Amino acid sequence: MAVVYQRSKGLTETEQHFCPGCTHGVIHKLVAEVMEELDIIGSTVGVASVGCSAFAYNYFACDMQQAAHGRAPAVATGIKRVHPDLAVFTYQGDGDLAAIGTAEIVHAAMRGEKITAIFVNNAIYGMTGGQMAPTTLLGQKATTAPLGRQKDLHGSPIRMAEMLATLDGCAYAERVMVTDPASIAKAKRAIKKAFTLQLAGAGFTMVELLSTCPTNWGLSPVEAIGWLKENLVPCYPLGVYADRAEQKEEAAK
Amino acid sequence: MAKELWKGNEAVAEAAIRAGCRYFFGYPITPQNEIPEYFARHMPEHDGVFLQAESEVAAINMAYGAAGSGARVMTSSSSPGISLKQEGISYIAGAELPVVIVNMMRGGPGLGSIAPGQSDYFQATRGGGNGDYRTVVLAPATIQEMTDLTQEAFDIADLYRIPVLVLADGMIGQMMEAVEWKKPKARKLPAKGWATDGTKGKREHNIINSLFIDPKDCTQHNQNLQKKHDLITQNEIRFEEYLTDDAEVLFVAYGTTARICQSAAIKLREAGVKAGVFRPISLWPYPEKELYLCANRGCVKTVVCAEMSMGQMIDDVKIALNGSKPVRFIGSGGGTFPTSAELMAAAHTALEGV
Ligand SMILES: Cc1ncc(C[n+]2csc(CCOP(=O)(O)OP(=O)(O)O)c2C)c(N)n1
Ligand code: SF4
Repeated sequence: MAVVYQRSKGLTETEQHFCPGCTHGVIHKLVAEVMEELDIIGSTVGVASVGCSAFAYNYFACDMQQAAHGRAPAVATGIKRVHPDLAVFTYQGDGDLAAIGTAEIVHAAMRGEKITAIFVNNAIYGMTGGQMAPTTLLGQKATTAPLGRQKDLHGSPIRMAEMLATLDGCAYAERVMVTDPASIAKAKRAIKKAFTLQLAGAGFTMVELLSTCPTNWGLSPVEAIGWLKENLVPCYPLGVYADRAEQKEEAAK
Repeated sequence: MAKELWKGNEAVAEAAIRAGCRYFFGYPITPQNEIPEYFARHMPEHDGVFLQAESEVAAINMAYGAAGSGARVMTSSSSPGISLKQEGISYIAGAELPVVIVNMMRGGPGLGSIAPGQSDYFQATRGGGNGDYRTVVLAPATIQEMTDLTQEAFDIADLYRIPVLVLADGMIGQMMEAVEWKKPKARKLPAKGWATDGTKGKREHNIINSLFIDPKDCTQHNQNLQKKHDLITQNEIRFEEYLTDDAEVLFVAYGTTARICQSAAIKLREAGVKAGVFRPISLWPYPEKELYLCANRGCVKTVVCAEMSMGQMIDDVKIALNGSKPVRFIGSGGGTFPTSAELMAAAHTALEGV
């Protein structure tokens, strides 16, 4: 019988712990498939962060390091400098990357560190139980913003893809979502492009993925998909924000 | 081999390079700036990497990543910067990674002063980060000793998979002394089969990690760490005794302060007072039994603990002596140090008190 679908070799057999309807699992699958398709599972080191994806080190089949909260880009820098021939990626949530780890991600991008940041933006702190993230939408309720995020109290949502794209070292920054087959296919192309550019030496690459957190949004999995499209996408427009492919040619010279 | 004149900060960097360290991540802070500057100039000659990080937090985490990848790696700073590294040091200890860290201590707390200090003893030996962990702490008193200990620090780090802290002060970092380059005694070091250098499809994936979500696993992990700590306590204690054989008053001091105590001991002897110095070199593991023996085997009547702080190591001195001898403290924090005249006076007072 022909195999039409199977678990990517980029993933281990370990059962994942994500809540029903959480798209972290989809994103894991995409990263794993990209590694498999580029034939780099044996030459990649991933860096798990702190958040619901903390256990990513058990799920990806490549070598993995677990980093302190927000520090994954610094850890990835250390790995990449020792093994410039390996692909190195971080997998970070929005609390991790856009709050506690802002300095590390900005400076990794500034240096043009040849790593890929997989940035999972679900507009909330998932693992700790639904506190406000820097990406939480205005008006969106969180356990630490019970009346909803207010601009004068909490400021407005942070747009990381746009911010990092301003840095010359950022070779590629794209925002995608993973809500339906078409957008998932697109997200996979973005991840593949980011890894490919990294391996070509173009510089820092990142893919921001709008992701669901039905548990802390207080929605069913299906409602969460709808809420993401209706609310997250207008605040976080999808698209390519940096594509300095020419850096690739420069690096080749 | 001929002796060469070296500045402390540059010598510690050169010692690292001689020990095979090819990765250094740091952030500027006085009085240790010559360390990153030396690496910036010389790492390229050795195909090594020097990277000025955006903060000490980032630098220590870069060291984590590099060590986890199998490399010999160093980071350095001075007191306020070492505070920022504590998170990373805890993770490095938890993930059992070999990293060598240099602290050229200055006066504190807070921004304190940029003058030499020894007020990070608690932080260094009690663990400034969270959790039950230990860092090996080596405290040189001369630049020669610092170059020897730094080279050995890499071997100790690799052998036990543990962070090793070279704890010196701005005085040792800034002054120049003669150095004779020596190789540390050869140790048999284990291969780094655990490093994340790519599975190449030939083995299960390696994981560098300090997270053990099941408390039973975390307890087991702590027990394993403790076994390692016990082994290090058995094998790696270092200390030096100076004029202790017939000493009636015993100074206990480390690093720069121990040198001032040695001058004071000589002057005291010229004045007819039998003084000696016990100098712990490893601050963790602390030479607890050795200090007890030194103070109790001969004619020691009283002990004076001297530090460039308001009194931190004195806790370990008291634990070691376990009430067997009277202990006094003399010291000054914030970037100044006790003079040999003050130390002599303290010795006299101590002897009068017994
Ligand atoms: C230094 C530190 N501060 C706080 C925490 C607690 N903590 C664990 S996960 C987390 C939030 C993670 O949220 P996010 O990055 O958005 O990832 P998600 O769980 O939503 O995937 C926090 C604050 C921690 N582990 N370490
Ligand atoms: S809490 Fe949210 S982000 Fe975390 S696994 Fe559950 S749904 Fe996903």
